[in-house]
Amino acid sequence: MTRLIDLASVCKSKNAGPFDLTIDVIFSSRALFDRVAATGILNAALFATLYKVRESDVLFTPYPAANAFKATLPRLHPAGSIDDRDVYGAQQHAPILYVDIPD
Amino acid sequence: MKEIRMLSVTPILGYGFPEASLEAGMLLKPHAIGADGGSTDPGPFYLGDGKAFCSRMAMKRDLRLMLIAGLKADVPVIVSTSGGAGGEPHLQMMSEIVHEIANEENLTFKLALIHSEQDPTFIKKRVSEGRVRAASKQPALTNNAIEAAVRIVGLMGPEPYIRALDEGAQVILAGRSTDPAPWAAVAIRGGIPPAQAWYSGKMLECGSEPAVPKKEGCLLARVTPSYVELEPTNSVQKCTVLSVANFALHENPSPIHHLEPGGMLDTENCKFEQVTERVVRVSGMIWKPSDAYTIKIEGVRRTGYKAITICATRDPVLIRGIAAYLKNAQDIIAEKTTAFGVKANEYQLSIRSYGRDGVMGNREPLQDQVPHEMCFVAEVIAKTQDEANAVMGIVRLTLLHSDFPGRLCKEGNMAIPFSPSDIELGAAYEFNVYHIVEADDPYGLFPIEYQIVGEKR
Repeated sequence: MTRLIDLASVCKSKNAGPFDLTIDVIFSSRALFDRVAATGILNAALFATLYKVRESDVLFTPYPAANAFKATLPRLHPAGSIDDRDVYGAQQHAPILYVDIPD
Repeated sequence: MKEIRMLSVTPILGYGFPEASLEAGMLLKPHAIGADGGSTDPGPFYLGDGKAFCSRMAMKRDLRLMLIAGLKADVPVIVSTSGGAGGEPHLQMMSEIVHEIANEENLTFKLALIHSEQDPTFIKKRVSEGRVRAASKQPALTNNAIEAAVRIVGLMGPEPYIRALDEGAQVILAGRSTDPAPWAAVAIRGGIPPAQAWYSGKMLECGSEPAVPKKEGCLLARVTPSYVELEPTNSVQKCTVLSVANFALHENPSPIHHLEPGGMLDTENCKFEQVTERVVRVSGMIWKPSDAYTIKIEGVRRTGYKAITICATRDPVLIRGIAAYLKNAQDIIAEKTTAFGVKANEYQLSIRSYGRDGVMGNREPLQDQVPHEMCFVAEVIAKTQDEANAVMGIVRLTLLHSDFPGRLCKEGNMAIPFSPSDIELGAAYEFNVYHIVEADDPYGLFPIEYQIVGEKR
């Protein structure tokens, strides 16, 4: 098993507007992307579990053109409202880093 | 083959860029130069309060260099989403800065101001006609929400920019725009098809962000009817397939479907190619025009006035029982504020616990790990600033001096890093309008005003 933190070239989160968070995982080569895609580990259900939202609220899109996966889901709180902790949404990626990818 | 070149000077006007990067960019003979002024990203405060996101000093520095370079080369200088949020106060502030620079540098030019604040009555009419929908998963827009909004802006497309350029504007200060719109405008006006024009805008919206290593710098796009090429003009930076692909995912809900006024940019079959060591070419994008011309609108409502305080503990006994301590503190705070006439239901209190779940809240997977020190940021939003300050005083005092089981640190539970200890943050806002409105045409919501700057000298 290898964790995503050891495989990905980019793993990041950011606002997609003030109500949604978008998380991107990018690999350095098509071979690596294909290997991760073939495991089927990255999917809407995984993001729903990690971010405690309904699976139907996750827009999960593989993007082979950029060797990337993208998941967009509701923010915990709207950007800049009381209780929001991350106005830019730039530090919400950590749960993905420790996902195991079977060899 | 037709080629339009555009130079994006900096990610946000006021972020800065090396003068040498602008000079190197101008040598590549761009047809326009510009910088975005902001977005919703820094949160609701700037749109609500009418304050600029970047400092006036930093914006003026960037804009001075841009105006001098653009006018010297006789190419348009464009600032979109002026002042960070694109409201009327932001546009007026930027206009004031432009006039100051023109006076100081003895410049004369035709300035276009493109306004983007929206009339609530018009939005209500559209709601009643059923021609407004949520941009994400918000509730449907209501008259109450429209009335509660202190300011609503619309995100213009490229058409008002094209009109301003057609009418001879040499400098454009625009209100809120979709980030790619000004760039799409220059490219479309130069005869580039919408797909490549919009894609170039996507890449130019943030200065040299699509290049590595991460530095402030300028980005040149060469746009043709079949591809977009990207080259940073800071000589230490380069575009790589990975750095451009990384930026292609920036801030969009989908990596493939990019909704814009008048249509959708489809990037599913894009191809990224390394052309030289520093240049990446992207091709294969498609533009799908929509039936109705739609405009996104953004608005914020004031939720009260805010005060915060910061404190931290290094006490292992307190950290062990921190959840119970904070819960008990909230009861004490409620009792004390009620005593001076502000009941607990008259304000909102939030305590972020760094070291436990400060960054991710209840999404934090490691919130049961015990740290050796913790920091707390307490926030109060109340009806007035006086009430927020009064409640915050009690919050700080209570966090500092309450008892807890096994307490050894009997002189105080918190390290308070500052005197004064509490910080007034002024009015608090939240986004309450984030919707899509059908427009009759691309121009009506965005009036253009022209001024001849420096004419009287």
